[in-house]
Amino acid sequence: MNLRHVTTVYRKEMLDTLRDRRTLVSMIVVPLLLMPVLIFGMAALSIKLIQRARREGAAIMLLGAEHAPRLAARIRGAEGFQVVPPAEDYARRIEDKKLRAAIEFPPEFEERLAAGEEVADLTVKIYHYQGEIRSTFAVRNLQKLLGDYRDQVIEQRLAARNLSPDILEPFRTEEENVASPEKVSGALLGGLIPYIIILLSLTGAMYPAIDLTAGEKERGTIETILASPVSRTALATGKFLAVFTASVATALLSLLSLAATFTFAPQLREMGGERGRQLFNIALSAKGVAAVLGMILPLAVMFSAALLAIALLAKSYKEAQSYISPLMIVVILPAVASILPGIELDAKLALIPILNVSLVSKEILTGTYHWNYIVLIFLSSCLYAAAALGIAAAAFKRESVLFRT
Amino acid sequence: MIEAQELTKVFRDRKRGEIRAVDKVSFRCQPGEIYGLLGANGAGKTTTLRMLATILQPTDGTARVAGFDINREPEKVRANVGFLSTATALYGRLTAKETVEYFGRLNGLNGGALKKRIQELFALLEIGEFADRRCDKLSTGMKQKVSIARTLVHDPPVMVFDEPTVGLDVMTARTIVGFIRDCRTRGKTVIFSTHVMSEAEKLCDTIGIIHDGRILTEGALAELRSRHGLQDLEDIFVKTVEAQA
Repeated sequence: MNLRHVTTVYRKEMLDTLRDRRTLVSMIVVPLLLMPVLIFGMAALSIKLIQRARREGAAIMLLGAEHAPRLAARIRGAEGFQVVPPAEDYARRIEDKKLRAAIEFPPEFEERLAAGEEVADLTVKIYHYQGEIRSTFAVRNLQKLLGDYRDQVIEQRLAARNLSPDILEPFRTEEENVASPEKVSGALLGGLIPYIIILLSLTGAMYPAIDLTAGEKERGTIETILASPVSRTALATGKFLAVFTASVATALLSLLSLAATFTFAPQLREMGGERGRQLFNIALSAKGVAAVLGMILPLAVMFSAALLAIALLAKSYKEAQSYISPLMIVVILPAVASILPGIELDAKLALIPILNVSLVSKEILTGTYHWNYIVLIFLSSCLYAAAALGIAAAAFKRESVLFRT
Repeated sequence: MIEAQELTKVFRDRKRGEIRAVDKVSFRCQPGEIYGLLGANGAGKTTTLRMLATILQPTDGTARVAGFDINREPEKVRANVGFLSTATALYGRLTAKETVEYFGRLNGLNGGALKKRIQELFALLEIGEFADRRCDKLSTGMKQKVSIARTLVHDPPVMVFDEPTVGLDVMTARTIVGFIRDCRTRGKTVIFSTHVMSEAEKLCDTIGIIHDGRILTEGALAELRSRHGLQDLEDIFVKTVEAQA
């Protein structure tokens, strides 16, 4: 293979690619804007939602409040609820999400409670919308309030019998977080970040890959270049390097943009209260960023080569896009799987392409370096990349692919 | 010099099975001579020329182009061939100058030699004024001039033209025809394909009538006329093809 030819092809393809608006958008604009928009946007949205929920409170309805005047007063006085007047259509209103929950007291609730009646038919009913998040929150808060009230009743009854409340709690439990703040936040954002970077390294390579293959066929330049002395291998290599550059540039720019976003994170932390502190207490170390980039490199090789091979099959830009769209799903699935809670890196998962890099990057960003996995994943990714490269190189030598009619 | 020996190309099509696009085609073209492949659409002209330019590999047979075997030394063949067809488009986002530079570099030129060659060509073809304009902003005529510069940048001894005038307006087509004549004057070996009788009559020293992948008859225009007892090339063409059917 003539290396001068490879560099000549590479330089020309880069020049050509950088003059393509679609590529510029996917390679430079998207990664630079996506990170801050996503992170600031997500933070602003969650902060706003929490604040609004806190300010407005959940709309609830008290049914039969006259049977439990003290408890009703307690609920009305509690923070986080907005009590609306009772109405017949509470169930429909809950379904319409106008009401988050309704609480129903049985007749003479407090009197029977004071009389110390058996609990069996003394039931407070809470109506809610299963699975709806704000309804769930309202129920949880109501349960807490009722639980406190119940404890109070029990205490009074025990006191009446001269018993200490301690007999109800023979031992205590205590939780304490031992993970560093870096890791706590890593669990929240750490999964998302590698996923976005992996996806961007694919989308960044997509347009150049199509443009340099199917695009050449569509514009009729493929015959021009094949008639020049450049060998098919040198041509494929030059094109591959250009697509790879675009892929890595996209990943690198998104990482830089991420780092820049986190420089502003302290302000966000203050803005967002407790939740903001959790979200943004991420310490991006230069080492972590470099390691993630290192893990993504073989993946970028694989993406670039696979995209080239697939796009080369197509006769036109449009056809190539329709071949590549399903590939996006193939990439998104394992990347999404890595965000799911409970999926932990093991030797088997370390061999699944994309998922393995996504999982290990998540660990790296939270400051954990499992070197055996890192080496295994890097090597297996390199293997997949080599296979994809082999397929792409072979495709460039097939007349039936280059001159498909 | 071009010397084709029983060039054969078989395509495999899923629906139509085996297609013999070119079937044992042999001919010879000397320097300073224009050989014309005359045939209808689908006769095998493009496939033959693509094999000569080593864009396609023959299934069987071979050819020597500028002294190199197309099967064994395809890269050397390409370095000695200028290939132009209506299908050989230009890179729209490169300027005229960048385009010619690119192909010059791929042909091993660089530095001062490349610069000098481009200046020469641009002066000859009057490209100077739009040299820095992107190819997709050029008129068809301007594009053809850039394409000519692209095929000539390495000053190849052999020129291959595949229906170079298809779809061009009269003025642009004339430029191309003039250019092909010019190549002969400079002693280049020229092969070109066409389905336009008048073009073949005007340009070719030798005409080969190709049909169904085979060369049916071959010779100088005068020879063909006396052999078939007809004056008009179109009549000769139709008679030859019909005799085959």
